[in-house]
Amino acid sequence: MPGPFIEDAQIDHARKLAEEIVNPIFDLIRRNTTVSTERTVLRFFGISGAGARGVPLANLMVDKLKAAGVLNKGAAYWYGRALHLGAKSPLEAVEKLTALPTDKLGALPPEQEQNLREEVRAEARAAMEDMKSRIAQREELRKQFPMSPAPHKYVIVATGNIYDDVDQARAAAQAGADVIAVIRSTAQSLLDYVPHGATTEGYGGTYATQENFRIMREALDEESRKLKRYIQLTNYSSGLCMSEIAFCAAYEKLDMLLNDAMYGILFRDINMRRTFIDQYFSRRICAMAGIIINTGEDNYITTADAYDAAHTVIASQFINECFAKRAGLKDWQLGIGHSYEIDPYRDDTLLLELSQAMLVRRCFPDAPLKYMPPTKHKETDIFFSHAYDVMADLVAIWTRQGIQLLGMMTEAMHTPLLADRYVALKSASYIHRAARGIDEEFTVREDGKIANRAREVFGQAMKLLQECRDEGMVAAIGKGHFGDVKREETGGKGLDGVLEKAPDYFNPFLELLEAA
Amino acid sequence: MVKPSKQIIRPYGDRRDDGVVQLSFTLPVPLSEKAKEAAAVFAKKMGFSDVKVAAAERAADNYTFFVVYARSGMYLDYAEIDVPEVIVKKMSFDDLNAFIKEKVGRRIVVFGACTGTDTHTVGIDAILNMKGYAGDYGLERYPGFEAYNLGSQVPNEDLIKKALAKNADAILVSQVVTQRDVHKDNSRQFIDAAKAAGIHGKVQLLLGGPRVDHKLALELGFDAGFGPGTKPSDVANYIVHALLKKEGKEPHGMHYQGEPT
Repeated sequence: MPGPFIEDAQIDHARKLAEEIVNPIFDLIRRNTTVSTERTVLRFFGISGAGARGVPLANLMVDKLKAAGVLNKGAAYWYGRALHLGAKSPLEAVEKLTALPTDKLGALPPEQEQNLREEVRAEARAAMEDMKSRIAQREELRKQFPMSPAPHKYVIVATGNIYDDVDQARAAAQAGADVIAVIRSTAQSLLDYVPHGATTEGYGGTYATQENFRIMREALDEESRKLKRYIQLTNYSSGLCMSEIAFCAAYEKLDMLLNDAMYGILFRDINMRRTFIDQYFSRRICAMAGIIINTGEDNYITTADAYDAAHTVIASQFINECFAKRAGLKDWQLGIGHSYEIDPYRDDTLLLELSQAMLVRRCFPDAPLKYMPPTKHKETDIFFSHAYDVMADLVAIWTRQGIQLLGMMTEAMHTPLLADRYVALKSASYIHRAARGIDEEFTVREDGKIANRAREVFGQAMKLLQECRDEGMVAAIGKGHFGDVKREETGGKGLDGVLEKAPDYFNPFLELLEAA
Repeated sequence: MVKPSKQIIRPYGDRRDDGVVQLSFTLPVPLSEKAKEAAAVFAKKMGFSDVKVAAAERAADNYTFFVVYARSGMYLDYAEIDVPEVIVKKMSFDDLNAFIKEKVGRRIVVFGACTGTDTHTVGIDAILNMKGYAGDYGLERYPGFEAYNLGSQVPNEDLIKKALAKNADAILVSQVVTQRDVHKDNSRQFIDAAKAAGIHGKVQLLLGGPRVDHKLALELGFDAGFGPGTKPSDVANYIVHALLKKEGKEPHGMHYQGEPT
């Protein structure tokens, strides 16, 4: 690892500041639940179907409970009550309960209440065991067919049709891809439900549905066996359904998820409270399921300037890490996001990019990290664009990135052609092969441009963390400190889906996940 | 005007009029000698001669990627290419601000957003945000402009309503996602909404995006379109000249550098 640049004590201090920033938000998280959290609970119990016009049953049931003003006791409790009404299937449970008049929803005698909870807990444990056995299958396959060495080459498919996506994903895997991401349909993050079933129409991407996850994972399992190399699958747990997507991904054995504690707030204008509460449960699920999360700090420097706002990336990474650790995620699961986005017409940009990537590596030595390619300053001259991407390949191997999104030479033009992925994979493989271990050969001088820039950025990041600590996270976001985007605590979408928990709120899955 | 004499040109590889072009494409077949021949046949069918399949690579089990060099017998008369003559030079940041102060005499109000379901603000941000793009300042930085960037997923009606409330001179609509022509559908809806609000033909309506060009924008009912590579200063220059033309302070036939065509 080239140069420490920053003293350990300073990094420890940054972590401490992040903890102090995040602490007050955990009061909010403990006191409240959301409609999407409660829908996730129902999905755990097997309520994954859809009713008339494709409305998910989980939505039907949660909406009914919310309208009756009783959702604050937890959907798990009402699931138990529904079973006591003699329901023989999850579907029937939904129907029984949603047919009940509101005045029939009062508390039971204490002993019955206690028994009901114990029964539901037992069922939750069984559901969790089922989930874990599915994840064990994935672990088995990973053991049988080890992955290529890092950086894992990550490419995107985005046809809108899951079956076309499968063809492109297989082709990418055959050309050397290690991770396949299926980009979601535009604006799915703003849907307050997870669409149902296999989908063949999408805009700018393909809907994330449990069935689409299953179809793609099955194809990649087959491809992994054929190539004798495990191919990872990732999707996006962001927006209004973070924890439901996390559940679907865990159940269908996905390997990674984009999951950021603040991305939805900043870039999708989703309400702050909603996001903070949802991210916690979603990350608890990822922690249990051995899913690597990818955070979205790289997005800050597509809106703000990558040179001027470099410190906001670092500050946010410490905050995201803290949220993640508090949700039980381990270092190996933290694909902390950053990117190669400094304007290439400046001087010294290779040094500046190396400095930033080395700084991230220095701050998070045990995390895989997720490195993004240039996008903002991409040009339609594909030959320049290709050369530009190759520099990011070099920085990725030099700073031991775990996950590297490959730049596409036709970025800024159209969704990648099949050949674009091939060309990117071929050259990234070349650079990784050519320069592996380069960090051990070159020592970066402690008094040079790279080290000085890293110290400067880290210093600014500390200042920003200090400010977030003093003023609070909410005020910091309100001032536009992250990504130049300003958001209010009660603004944005989805606030009406936040509920204060009743004193007897019940969520056996949260209990299990927190006890793990 | 005197009609210029003929000026016949062909692509230039490494010698005048050699007609050399480079192509790359993928065929959905496994790599083989037959596949290479298929690539050559394809190039010949396109009218090329001296076809050289420089690279045939296994892009995946059932896909082969080709790089091909070939000659084209096509030529054109450059003299007949008709593009409006540049009269006024494109103005720099400082010159344009001074020009606005002198000719317009007030700040020009501009609203922009990604409308409809589009969440990709990279285009509108590049044009409007302070920082701009590729070293070219965004409209927010110009003292001569009062720029409002409403961000992504803004309903067309909201954008129009907000722009009207501030007496906007120009509205910029950015459309990045183009799958299944969603950008065209949404752009048409914007124009319908603009007509309903009575601002069509009054407020400058500009469309931008990676798959947008001036011609498409005109077809859809916009005043101008800006495609990939557009700098904020291109948009700024356009808005100023269009405003002056509307106010009768510049002749309609006047052309300037960087004008969308």
